[in-house]
Amino acid sequence: MAEMSVELVAVERRLWSGQATMVLARTIEGEIGILPRHIPLLGQLVDGHAVEIRTTEGEVVRAAVHGGFISISDRGVSILAESAELADEIDVNAARAGLDSDDESERTRAAAQLRAAGQTV
Amino acid sequence: MPAEIRILRQKIKAVKSTQKITRAYELIATSRLPKAQQRMAAARPYAEEITRALTELATASTLDHPLLVARPEPKRAAVLVVTSDKGMCGAYNSSVLKRAEELQSLLREQGKTPVLYVIGRKGMTYYNFRNRELTGSWYGVSDQPTYAAAAEAGQALVESFMSEEGVDEVHVVYTEFKSMLTQTPVAKQVAPLEVEYNEEPTTSRTSYEFEPEAEQLLGALLPKYINTRLFSALLDAAASELASRQRAMKAATDNANDLLRDYSRQANAARQAQITQEISEIVGGANALADAGSDE
Repeated sequence: MAEMSVELVAVERRLWSGQATMVLARTIEGEIGILPRHIPLLGQLVDGHAVEIRTTEGEVVRAAVHGGFISISDRGVSILAESAELADEIDVNAARAGLDSDDESERTRAAAQLRAAGQTV
Repeated sequence: MPAEIRILRQKIKAVKSTQKITRAYELIATSRLPKAQQRMAAARPYAEEITRALTELATASTLDHPLLVARPEPKRAAVLVVTSDKGMCGAYNSSVLKRAEELQSLLREQGKTPVLYVIGRKGMTYYNFRNRELTGSWYGVSDQPTYAAAAEAGQALVESFMSEEGVDEVHVVYTEFKSMLTQTPVAKQVAPLEVEYNEEPTTSRTSYEFEPEAEQLLGALLPKYINTRLFSALLDAAASELASRQRAMKAATDNANDLLRDYSRQANAARQAQITQEISEIVGGANALADAGSDE
């Protein structure tokens, strides 16, 4: 099965890197699914949504990405984020509470976290 | 000479308590330094990726974004000086401030007015004491900088750069962490920015697709790139601060040890002299009494 190397990097650390069969993300222009040998692309990701990476081992890695970009080249896919959390690092209750926050960026952040954690928003 | 002993003992006590402080600072700096270096390393993948993305974008689009084009007649230049919040770090702050002064006089020679932005309490005190106006200042992050702090400063600088009556250039002065032993203050231009191209030729020259359009994407990516540059400057500065604090405090602790050795030697000699004197006084007194007794 075809595979590609995927990197998920936030400003302060590299969250995940490895081989994957598919990446799902949402750019400003809409939902995008990336399979191996995708044409080179550079896109800005929408805040408040999650990125999903399907690894070659059949696992699904979900992460909440804030201020993100996605870059696809012949070397692989890299997802750049100002900050990001993997699904298992997210405190669902705190994110739920964040949804009612007065601060808009706080709300979109909470929405992204909930989506990444597999909750409905 | 009990007075001399008392003074020496006071000095020993004072040096000992100073040494406790310097040793504590040294230990804290030593324990935080590896973490600071790790953070520098951890921030590198993102910086590399964003540079690569920007390089691709720059080759694909016309480079007429305001952040990339040098202004014809630059009048005002922002200077962001990165200093520490706390002292006790040797010449760290004074050398970075000296570098900042050099840059400012260079800018003045070129007919540009420097506009000051400062990160760190030490820099703020320095300029406030000299009644120099600070356009922006931030503190509280110097030895453990966060990306949010870099973004805050970056946003203020970019806003000023993009506005009509704002600045035409942005420079940053910080201390570059080269190794544990070498940290040099450097001045770098951040805007208008020169993208640091990687020279490696890309194998396939297939043109990229952009979502949204290249120009719009460039507008979104460039401020983030500047924030990344500032953030890596802050991380470098933090590691440098800790390294110079560790060195300065180690020297201070060693000095305190030398002082303590000298003082305790002097105190011992004085105590010995006092005992000798007391004995000879007693012996003298006894002899005098014995002499007085034999006369009778």
